[in-house]
Amino acid sequence: MSDHWKLFLRNLNEFWKAFRRNKLGLVGGFLILTALLAAIFAPALTPHSAVDIMRDSNGRALTFASPAMHSPLGTDDAGHDVWALLIYGARISLMVGFLAGFISMFVGSSLGIIAGYFGGAVDTLVMRVTDILMVIPDLPLMLVLVATIRQMDLKVSPLSVLILVIGLLYWTSAARLIRSQTLTIKERQFVARARAIGAGHWHIVRKHILPQLMPLIVTNTVLILSTAILIESGLAFLGLGDPTQPSWGTMLNFAFSRSAISNGAWWFYLPPGIAILWVSLGCILLGNVLEEMMNPRLAAHYLEGDKGMIAITDKETGL
Amino acid sequence: MARRDYLIGKMGISLLTLLFVLLLDFMLFRVLPGDPVRAVIGRNVRISADVQNSLRAQFGLDKPIFPDQFVDTLGQWARGNLGVSWSQRRPVSEILISKLWNTLLLIGLGQLFSIIFGVMLGLLAGWKRKTPFDIGALTFSLIAWATPTFWLGIILLVAGSAWFGLPTGGIVSPANIGKPLHTVLPDLIRHLILPTLTFTILYLGEYMLIMRSSILETLSEDYILTARAKGMSNFQVLMRHGLRNAMLPMVTIIALNLGFTVSGAIYIETVFSYDGLGNLVQTALVKQDYPLLQGAFLLLAVSVIVANMLADFLYTYLDPRVKAN
Amino acid sequence: MNEKPLLRVRGLTTEFATSEGAVARALEDVSFDVLPGKTVGLVGESGSGKTTTLMALMRLLPASGRITKGKVWFNDTNLLALSEHEMRDYRWKSMAIVFQGAMNALNPVMKVGDQIREAILLHDLMDRSAAEKRVRDLLEMVGIAPARRDQYPHQYSGGMRQRAMIAMALACAPDILFADEPTTALDVMIQAQILQLLKEIQKALGLAVVIVTHDLGVVAEVCDEVVVLYGGKVAEYGSVDRIYNHAQHPYTQRLLESFPDINNPSETLASIPGTPPRLTQLPPGCRFEPRCHVKINRCAEVSPPLLEVEPGHYVACILREGKEANFQ
Repeated sequence: MSDHWKLFLRNLNEFWKAFRRNKLGLVGGFLILTALLAAIFAPALTPHSAVDIMRDSNGRALTFASPAMHSPLGTDDAGHDVWALLIYGARISLMVGFLAGFISMFVGSSLGIIAGYFGGAVDTLVMRVTDILMVIPDLPLMLVLVATIRQMDLKVSPLSVLILVIGLLYWTSAARLIRSQTLTIKERQFVARARAIGAGHWHIVRKHILPQLMPLIVTNTVLILSTAILIESGLAFLGLGDPTQPSWGTMLNFAFSRSAISNGAWWFYLPPGIAILWVSLGCILLGNVLEEMMNPRLAAHYLEGDKGMIAITDKETGL
Repeated sequence: MARRDYLIGKMGISLLTLLFVLLLDFMLFRVLPGDPVRAVIGRNVRISADVQNSLRAQFGLDKPIFPDQFVDTLGQWARGNLGVSWSQRRPVSEILISKLWNTLLLIGLGQLFSIIFGVMLGLLAGWKRKTPFDIGALTFSLIAWATPTFWLGIILLVAGSAWFGLPTGGIVSPANIGKPLHTVLPDLIRHLILPTLTFTILYLGEYMLIMRSSILETLSEDYILTARAKGMSNFQVLMRHGLRNAMLPMVTIIALNLGFTVSGAIYIETVFSYDGLGNLVQTALVKQDYPLLQGAFLLLAVSVIVANMLADFLYTYLDPRVKAN
Repeated sequence: MNEKPLLRVRGLTTEFATSEGAVARALEDVSFDVLPGKTVGLVGESGSGKTTTLMALMRLLPASGRITKGKVWFNDTNLLALSEHEMRDYRWKSMAIVFQGAMNALNPVMKVGDQIREAILLHDLMDRSAAEKRVRDLLEMVGIAPARRDQYPHQYSGGMRQRAMIAMALACAPDILFADEPTTALDVMIQAQILQLLKEIQKALGLAVVIVTHDLGVVAEVCDEVVVLYGGKVAEYGSVDRIYNHAQHPYTQRLLESFPDINNPSETLASIPGTPPRLTQLPPGCRFEPRCHVKINRCAEVSPPLLEVEPGHYVACILREGKEANFQ
């Protein structure tokens, strides 16, 4: 057991050494980490809450006040502190995005492993469903689903509906990827050996297949997080967020529909967009770097190389 | 022979998808709370119980849901009857058709520009791998990928109107509505600039990334070395042997991307108050106009499925290996 | 042997940058001649630098490779002194190449005939209709029905693809044909046919051929001269008769012993113990020293010079006697 632990630590250490060399990956990690910290320590970062209304000395709400006056990022149409909205919005955006991302990755990996490992009819079924889901335009489908579910008077919070709809619709590409990787692993010797000595399916999947899939799963989770966060912001922008728990997308919906643009209140519509970009770019950078570490790309192609191929120092003698 | 099998397989999936979409749309209508009659005629129309019952019979709502009602509904849809919009009191199909061309114009222009520039930039970036141009193009693509569509639209809207005096919404200026097309063309173009630009920037990055990795893979194939050994310049090799082979996966991806294109249209039309299907969907969503929403979903989904089918056909012509293999 | 060589390779040296940042000496001081109408075989294990030599001659090394020393005289032009632009004129028109595994060497989405014609038109050798006629003639010459010019590579069998590749290589009537393991990926029957075809074509067209192979049977069958490469250096170089009957280098001797004798098939094969040197960690002395069965102490210290043991027969082994090679 302690040997496993040591091996794990050593692998982790090696991974970190390789990872550290890649600046883009570090930038990605930094972007995600800062957003997470801001969400966790929100109360420490702002004296106001998202529902406090800034007022002037006469008690009138300060609407669309520019940043210099009372709060670092000014106020919105109702006098809320935009910085506070942003910091507390991180909690909502990240929660919805991360939960939806994890659900879709969980569903995608499970179905991918099942399809790849068992093959046959199960495989066909899973792959047909992915084929179908991949072709249907995702946003209209989600809009119709979310709108209908809301109308159904189920006792589910709007955010849970968002999380579930995103999570249960975005697993297709992960399922495909994990399936094909599972197929490759299944072909290898030790799986056949484990089968031959009578190991159960669950045991083989857990002990032999899952550990080898983990890097792929982690990488894709990171990439899918960015998709989930972008989708959440889009749905919220279209008015499907929870107005009582505004995420960054909901803030942009407010800013857009309550004429922040015509009022020139850039401090209301710029920061939430930058925040979304911040996190999703972080995930994309980190994900791409992890992917590249897993399968290093081709070193060079056939149209490179004619420059500098002749490196003869002494042209005259050629020696 | 093999090509036929390939196409039959692809058609099968398309038909399956179509059936799934129809079933889903039909079911969504049924799970709405309240009387289905209401769903058909609108919720604010006062009618007596007698009329309601006769309507129920007329619409076949007294029959079992499967298969009678489903088949009935399919028949209605096939005849273009998608119900009546609650908010506009007009047939849904009529509304959809009136917006369809505007959206096709926007998507068409956006796709055209993003594919042309995306393919060109991706080709160059892959060819000149690891040069400042490549790194710049990659950075641009990653940022475009990470940017929310609607937010980019908002930024461009603000910048375009403030710096270049471009219109912020609509398809033509209010004064020009209803005038013949050729007289309002310059105005139309001015209105199209910003939405098309938003569209192009967003999808450009994605197409560039795909084209780049596709050309990198292609340029590592042995026939590229053969072409160079023949005495071709790198540029000739790139255009004659690299481009076409690298474009093959692009066809499939562009087709699969049509779904995302529709998403883009919904966001961009909303931001620019562009009078198309996307804006219609958003309005239907806000007004909770379900017949309209579901009709729009049906139209969009079916269009994308059909477009995918066409792309599969096209692919068999582009790749001789599918044709005969 | 007074005929003037078509191609004179002198002191060709290449380096490769490996992904770990090390430098691999892929070729060192490789020299040989190619005479008009003759066939030279480049022989050695994988990694000995056979293919690298061909690629360096055509200046088509991969991006990590560099030519650091040497001259390649084609008639009186040093190919290594040309600009890339000038070099393009020599490719295919003066020297064409047949790659191994022609499946990937042909463009899958281009008709075979078009790929052949492309080479002709590229070098402006004739107009379109004449080029078209030449494509059909070439296909016929290699035994492919001209009607199949409009087919794609995947519609050809492996042997036919290699024939098409040969037809393509002949398109611009080159002076030298390079063949990189032309028969490797094919089954035995087809291998024999392709070799036969190469021989016929060489005879008919008076081509010079440089063939890269690890198969000594191929060498015996088609070559006039043999260059034995070991670890990127010439171990032995001479006429096929000298090499087969009077091999001087211990490596060549071992190589010949491990080659199945057609007249005496029951004899067990002797394989050479050990592995070829890693090009990033070359031994300071003779590169074959770790595996050599006749080595002496000095072999590990001194890199053996190429010695001319007989006129036209060169060996790089300090156990042999001769004057140091001096190529003109």
